[in-house]
Amino acid sequence: MNEKKAILQARQIGKYFHDPVTFKVLDNISFEAYQGEFLTIVGKSGCGKSTLLYVLSTMDTDFEGELWIDGQNISRWSQDKLALIRNEKIGFVFQFHYLLQEFSCLKNVMLPAMKLGKYSLEEIEHKAYEKLDLLGLKDQALKPASKLSGGQQQRVAIARALINDPLIIMGDEPTGNLDSRNSKLVFDILRDLTRTYHQTIIAVTHDNDFAKNSDRTIEMEDGKIIHDGFVRNGNIIV
Amino acid sequence: MRLPVNAEIAFTHLITRKKQTLVAAMGVMIGITVFIFLNSLMRGFDRSANDSIFRTMPHIRIYKEDEISKPLQEKNEKQEYVIVNPKIANTTKNLINPEQLIRILKKQPDVVAVAPDVAVSVFYNNGESQVNGIASGVNIMEQNKMFNIESFLLDGSLRELEATQNGIILGVGIAEKLNVRLNDNITITSSKGKRKVMKIVGLFKSNNAAIDKSKSYINVAMAQQLMNERPTYVTDIFVNVKDPEKAAEYIASFQQMTGYSAEDWKKANEQILASYKIRAIMSFAISVSILLVAGFGIYNILNMIIMEKLNDIAILKAMGFPGVDVVRIFVMQAVIIGVMGVTLGLVLSTTVITLMQKVYVGGDIGYFPVQYESRYYISGIVFGLAISFAAGYIPARKAADVDPVSIFRK
Repeated sequence: MNEKKAILQARQIGKYFHDPVTFKVLDNISFEAYQGEFLTIVGKSGCGKSTLLYVLSTMDTDFEGELWIDGQNISRWSQDKLALIRNEKIGFVFQFHYLLQEFSCLKNVMLPAMKLGKYSLEEIEHKAYEKLDLLGLKDQALKPASKLSGGQQQRVAIARALINDPLIIMGDEPTGNLDSRNSKLVFDILRDLTRTYHQTIIAVTHDNDFAKNSDRTIEMEDGKIIHDGFVRNGNIIV
Repeated sequence: MRLPVNAEIAFTHLITRKKQTLVAAMGVMIGITVFIFLNSLMRGFDRSANDSIFRTMPHIRIYKEDEISKPLQEKNEKQEYVIVNPKIANTTKNLINPEQLIRILKKQPDVVAVAPDVAVSVFYNNGESQVNGIASGVNIMEQNKMFNIESFLLDGSLRELEATQNGIILGVGIAEKLNVRLNDNITITSSKGKRKVMKIVGLFKSNNAAIDKSKSYINVAMAQQLMNERPTYVTDIFVNVKDPEKAAEYIASFQQMTGYSAEDWKKANEQILASYKIRAIMSFAISVSILLVAGFGIYNILNMIIMEKLNDIAILKAMGFPGVDVVRIFVMQAVIIGVMGVTLGLVLSTTVITLMQKVYVGGDIGYFPVQYESRYYISGIVFGLAISFAAGYIPARKAADVDPVSIFRK
């Protein structure tokens, strides 16, 4: 691989929860995620991995330290500016698919691009069909989201995350709700993205197989990184 | 490029809730209808009441105020006191040189009609029966220009009064009490003790019972004879201006110009106008509260949509919709409901007004005195939309403050 480009940098990130008692959830977290990297974050429940993901996602702004995305320090940016960054550079896949139930699959996929407003409606529709095709859902495009199975909805959510060709795709248990067949499918799609389009994936997971097959795994415990290593043949190496 | 993505989301939310949307819009519709109809009706009532006032009363009346007698001798330097008994001076109510005053007044801008009047307190007699009242000595054709007497003349004609020196046009109330008809003769006696036999050449009904029971029109010359006065004797000059609402503004200048007192119709009818005002305030308050209730309807449905859509709001924010967009999406829904309601309300209120105009009430009023009042249409639209906007903005602000992280973590 050529010179690795750091897309996301976390520098000494710390965060407290204040309710019911003040408690440090994230303690001095520093790492970098590179272009085209498939990064997973693992750890026991309550170790702070989801909290970290929401800090990285720019949705949670109440933290210490610095967060750099695509060469910009966005740590103290306003919510509105961050929303634009998310729209353009970050795609999300959540555990509970989170589609807008009243809209068709196609519209769900199109919405972030319509918000971005970089292309005309026709171009966006064309792109949305492409992304749905990539995930094998082209024939479901015009169905309302609520009529699809869980696995299909999860794939629509991925298509939506891809529509603006973001630099980073973040997933919170992206396969957490799926059976093994659908898990495999989603994993392969995500892996393809890092290989073909050099997009960075940061996913929080409980699923050991999922983590073992990624490029690099960060293991957390009690708000700290206890292990950060590349994966070779299913083993994490420091 | 800005695509109408917010509008699309707003429309989708409403379309998937057709029934609730329609109910909220109907609330606005009823509010707007009541607002426009009630206020138009009140204005119609005021107009018809004003019309009946202006049948017998000019916009401005110029007359000589009673004077209180002054002591002949002021306190002198010897500090001797002179005991005096002030009372109304025994001067006539005559306006000096009325012809010239009329000429001057006619030249003023905004003056549309000027007419002299000789008011005489009289008793109307027919045999034993006697009714007291006021006979107005007028040039009937000139007064007709001012009051359109012809429009409420029941019987006889104005020309006949002009042609008959001892003619009289009686209010129907008097005619009824004296049991007389057109072409009958009656006797009138003035406060100066003069008696004249008059021929009834007309009867009028002004729809103001008090006037109909006391007033009559006679020729100026006859009035002057009844008062034992010269042919220049005139007690009042009536002036009509372009806009009766502004009559009070001319008072000061007319007083200075003529040297006599001037009174506008509003001052002469203070208690009636005060009751108009109270009525107008009440109907305004009622109609605005109904609109507010409609606003609460919108507020409710939006609050409900937002509570149901917390997940969607979180996902939109995650996708990169800033708070402003969330506010826009929900305010747009409120405004769409508002626009629907206002449009329906305009149609319904127009229909109601059209129907009510055909309803006969009777009495002084005749047909329901309601008209299409553009000012209430406009303020109805403005109020309706403003309330819809406010009813949407408050819950929309709350929606914009939704923290997506707290939703996703649940």
